[in-house]
Amino acid sequence: MKHTILRGAGAALAVTLAAIWAFPVYWMVNSSFLTPATISKLTPTWVPFGGNLSNYRAVLQDNAFLSALGMSLVVTAICLVLCLIYALLASFAIGRFRFKGRKSFVLAIIVVQMLPAEAMFIAQYKMLASANLLNSVIGVSVIYLAMVVPFTTWMLRGFVAGIPVDLEEAAMIDGCTRMGAFRRVTFPLLAPGLVASGVFAFLQVWNEFALASIILTESQKATLPLWLRDFAQSSNLGVTEWGEVMAGSVLVAIPVIVFFMIVQGRMAQGLVGGAVKG
Amino acid sequence: MTTTMTAPASSPARVEQPPRRRRRRSRLPYILLIPAVGTLLIGLGYPVTWQILNSFKEYGLKQQFGQPAEFVGFDNYIALFTDAVFWQIALRSVVFMAATAAVTMVIGIAFALLMKVVPTWSRIVLQVAMLLAWAMPIVAQMTVANWLIDDRNGVVNYVLSLLPGVDYIGHDWLRDPLSFFGVALVIITWASVPFVAFSVYAGLTQVSEEVLEAGQLDGASQFQMLRLIIMPIIRPVLVILILLQLIWDLRVFAQIQLLQDFGAGGERYDLLGTYIYGLGIGQGQFGAAAAAAMVVMILTLAVSWGYVRRLLKEDEES
Repeated sequence: MKHTILRGAGAALAVTLAAIWAFPVYWMVNSSFLTPATISKLTPTWVPFGGNLSNYRAVLQDNAFLSALGMSLVVTAICLVLCLIYALLASFAIGRFRFKGRKSFVLAIIVVQMLPAEAMFIAQYKMLASANLLNSVIGVSVIYLAMVVPFTTWMLRGFVAGIPVDLEEAAMIDGCTRMGAFRRVTFPLLAPGLVASGVFAFLQVWNEFALASIILTESQKATLPLWLRDFAQSSNLGVTEWGEVMAGSVLVAIPVIVFFMIVQGRMAQGLVGGAVKG
Repeated sequence: MTTTMTAPASSPARVEQPPRRRRRRSRLPYILLIPAVGTLLIGLGYPVTWQILNSFKEYGLKQQFGQPAEFVGFDNYIALFTDAVFWQIALRSVVFMAATAAVTMVIGIAFALLMKVVPTWSRIVLQVAMLLAWAMPIVAQMTVANWLIDDRNGVVNYVLSLLPGVDYIGHDWLRDPLSFFGVALVIITWASVPFVAFSVYAGLTQVSEEVLEAGQLDGASQFQMLRLIIMPIIRPVLVILILLQLIWDLRVFAQIQLLQDFGAGGERYDLLGTYIYGLGIGQGQFGAAAAAAMVVMILTLAVSWGYVRRLLKEDEES
């Protein structure tokens, strides 16, 4: 009897906490449907009945949004493709071979992941400035690649190590070249790893704000996170159009939430690593 | 980066391990590494080398306009370390980091324990809610937070004002520095609790029923079970989580910068990240900014060293 009551109380607590944790996300979606007249009332509107899509229409017709979307897509695509190729090659090297300098490379890719943007962005800014690459796709991609390649390599290494060498060797005995064995045997087995690490790289590049805010200062070159910041501020002078700003937030967040759900299972696993197994 | 970081790794007497997999001394692994190493050298190696050099040079506005930057030894560091403002901001950053990490850990562990004891359906509701918070991009987080605490129409002020005798309508949460950092702490905690809760929960599911039953038979109370059986088993996870939280809560440039953009700016609202930004990009004092960035870099490496060692060990075991 006592047990049932306790479980009930626990469930109630869990649901309450869930409501609190999800509230900001709910509020973002809720507000995005409300008209300026409703949203500026002193009493909040808790459910978007009678709301409409006009905020979304306004955002989608905003040239700055479309340009930022294009910029984000281009930068993310370039970084994703190059990052996966570079990281796959590197992970194969450290996952399959023992060679002099291997440990140094592994140490380097681990240490680099620890470094915060604020410890390097001044230097990266100066480098791009002297190469005349501020406000350019190439400039920001170079920095982003260096940011995502280490983690992707590290993650793929685990997948490469999980594929038995014997499989490849069997294929080579059957007459495959090493490249052939890799292409026909290892690569298909790596596909899930490539998808997972690709999503991680996507999330990092798509969400990146700190470096972008320093390197991409021209508004035509803004990526989506920069656009959202500017969009939320531009109206700050008079009255903020919170409905439109929230519609913008939803549009920026949705692809991220969708992709995040795909990899969430690996998220905790990858970062805490072998610690759980003890 | 790579060049500077490799030295310590290769120096301890390299024991000639017999290569486990491929004996052949091939050049292939080196060729495979070229693109990745090249990327790191350009994107990180060159800038960090520049930073190390320039932290020892006088590089201010004059040098921006063509004067050669001269080596001044440790002058930038001395100027930094004798500057009361820098110490204030550094101390504030460390306190903020420790406070945020502590609050996140406590709430995260509590959530994980709750998830363990509640019925499955309510656990899943909580997990979904946390995933939503976890997935939110930082800029969206900060924008929504700014709307929630909007002085006139924000729902936070409205709800607080419902309490008898409280009137928060028109209250600006970002004006008082302490309140400013309180807001930052709440947002960052909100976003990082899910990771901690999920990881600790994963750790808890590894604690076998038999061990707990044995503890119960021996007459342990609930609290004793938690302290003497469960905690030691999930300790390795907790250690890593604390390290990761500290590392992440030190690198909160984006959140602080965005809060400053929305609310008040200035030294009183700075942490190390925004301070370096102001020094370098804002005032053009690149030598001083490079020195300050080096301090952050060394601080981060010191905090993260335990985690780095663990990952290295994991690599050796694989």
